[in-house]
Amino acid sequence: MSGPPIGSARASGAAGPDAPAASRQRRAIAFALLLAGAAVLIASAFLLSPFRLFQLTLAAGYAVAILGLNLVTGYNGQISLGHGAFYAAGAYTTAILMTHFDWPFWATLPVAGLASGALGYAVGFPALRLGGFYLALTTFSLAVAVPQILKHRAIEDWTGGVQGLFIAKPDPPAFLPIEADQWLYLTTLAISAALFLAAWNLVRGRIGRAMRAIRDHPVAAEAMGMDLAAVKTRTFAAGAALTGLAGALGAVAVEFVAPDSFTVMLSITLFVGMVVGGAASIGGAVVGGLFIVFVPNLAESISKAAPGAIYGVLLILLLFVLPGGAAGIGRLAVARLWRRDGGR
Amino acid sequence: MAAPAATPPPLLEVEGVVVRFGGVVALAGVSFEVGHREIRGLIGPNGSGKTTLFNCISGLCRPAAGEIRFEGVALSRVPRHARARLGIGRTFQHTALFRSLTVRENVLAGAHPLAGSGFLANALRLGGRVRREEREAEETARRLLALLSLEAVADAPVGRLPFGTQKRVELARALAAGPKLLLLDEPAGGLNHEEVYRLARLLFRIRREFELSILLVEHHMHLVTSVSDRVVALDFGEKIADGTPEAVRAEPAVIRAYLGEGAAAHGDAA
Repeated sequence: MSGPPIGSARASGAAGPDAPAASRQRRAIAFALLLAGAAVLIASAFLLSPFRLFQLTLAAGYAVAILGLNLVTGYNGQISLGHGAFYAAGAYTTAILMTHFDWPFWATLPVAGLASGALGYAVGFPALRLGGFYLALTTFSLAVAVPQILKHRAIEDWTGGVQGLFIAKPDPPAFLPIEADQWLYLTTLAISAALFLAAWNLVRGRIGRAMRAIRDHPVAAEAMGMDLAAVKTRTFAAGAALTGLAGALGAVAVEFVAPDSFTVMLSITLFVGMVVGGAASIGGAVVGGLFIVFVPNLAESISKAAPGAIYGVLLILLLFVLPGGAAGIGRLAVARLWRRDGGR
Repeated sequence: MAAPAATPPPLLEVEGVVVRFGGVVALAGVSFEVGHREIRGLIGPNGSGKTTLFNCISGLCRPAAGEIRFEGVALSRVPRHARARLGIGRTFQHTALFRSLTVRENVLAGAHPLAGSGFLANALRLGGRVRREEREAEETARRLLALLSLEAVADAPVGRLPFGTQKRVELARALAAGPKLLLLDEPAGGLNHEEVYRLARLLFRIRREFELSILLVEHHMHLVTSVSDRVVALDFGEKIADGTPEAVRAEPAVIRAYLGEGAAAHGDAA
């Protein structure tokens, strides 16, 4: 006797007898696309102007920052309006270690990640217990406070006060015949790719399921043995660490950190990037990063007088056309393709 | 389905549990036991305290007095999320699924307490632990999806499925952690006659295959009396009967409670 159906079970076409073969084919296609994308990105290092390369480097960093925010907000349902604070924490950690201690750039990265992760944990630990709006406000206040904290007299010797700190791009290794900005672009790309892989690993397994389960139904999640407070604070710390690492990448890209680069506007911009890319989507973060770097430029090229208004209109139009963000349209396209070759 | 004779120390002991909401006494010192591999019915008219008692066992409600013990462990000291790992699984009256997850992912989420890998292990995936845990969870899910005839909808988002199917997903999810005690909150709610009959057979099958006990909170008198080994009846927060289904059904206090509440519409109470 097979399991008795209670209620009607509607069969969905996809699960045919050759499902494993189809999934293998699917994986092969995804892998090929990934390789092609990587090839294009690497080739860009030698084809684009230094300025475009700089923009792409920046976008890669922002994509990681949005990824960090997306873990917290998209996957775990916790609204953070202050991820710019973690970006600043990472940027300053790297800048201080490089200018005051002469650390090489790569060595500052783990410290930047840990420092911003710890800050995230410290903020998230009390705030997450209070829930939704309180967390949003707590993170928002943090973002408001950060530029002022960075300017404060007591730490001026370290942070450079209002002036900020200048840092130099790492030199490419002597045996490689490339420029410093090409080298930085390629390293940023490699580091971002590694972080994206780690985030994808995180969300596709046990922990990612717990993050989404808690977002969807906390009471049921707890009944399934998930420790709400632990998962939420750790997610927040992980998201803050990713965004902090992004800050470190961004700091060397612009070769400069100053308090006024990290205002509340940065946090809001990251939030916009996340929504545009699509909440709870890994790939969407890439689109979000590209959006927040290139669309303001585009707006300015349309109207020098009111780029803000143009940006706003573009944003609204985009969300009107793509309510689920870029990830939404991506999922739709994939589903369509499937049905075409898999179903019937 | 005779009551198992003299079970060794019971799986669940509810002892003098008192719950008050403001001035209202929801439970006035209720005691009963659930034995190993027993299907235990918990009945009572609306507002009798069934759901409150249910919530005390799963931890959503804290007794003002009394204690609940699971395999001898006092549950008042066990945080809510740790109860699944002890072996207590549950379903929800109106279903409480993870709406954006697929059916399969919901069941996998139910297997959460069986694994232990954390954030770093999952992100880095060094060594084989995460992969092994995932494989085991996938295998558990596959078995449960087959048992509950959910294979055809395994990869559909759960939010779009009909209610009856969602109830089966909840059952699969609750079974995924391999509970010793399954708390079912009105599993027959919203099901038609045929479906209720199938549910009864399914409960027997689950008990046999998973070697677990079931505490069944249910309005549907016929289901309760046909599957339960023993039934406990509550009214106004007090236990009014405890025994075999036949004995409880014949108890004058039970008949009075049901007829008095107009719940005789079920037709089975009297």
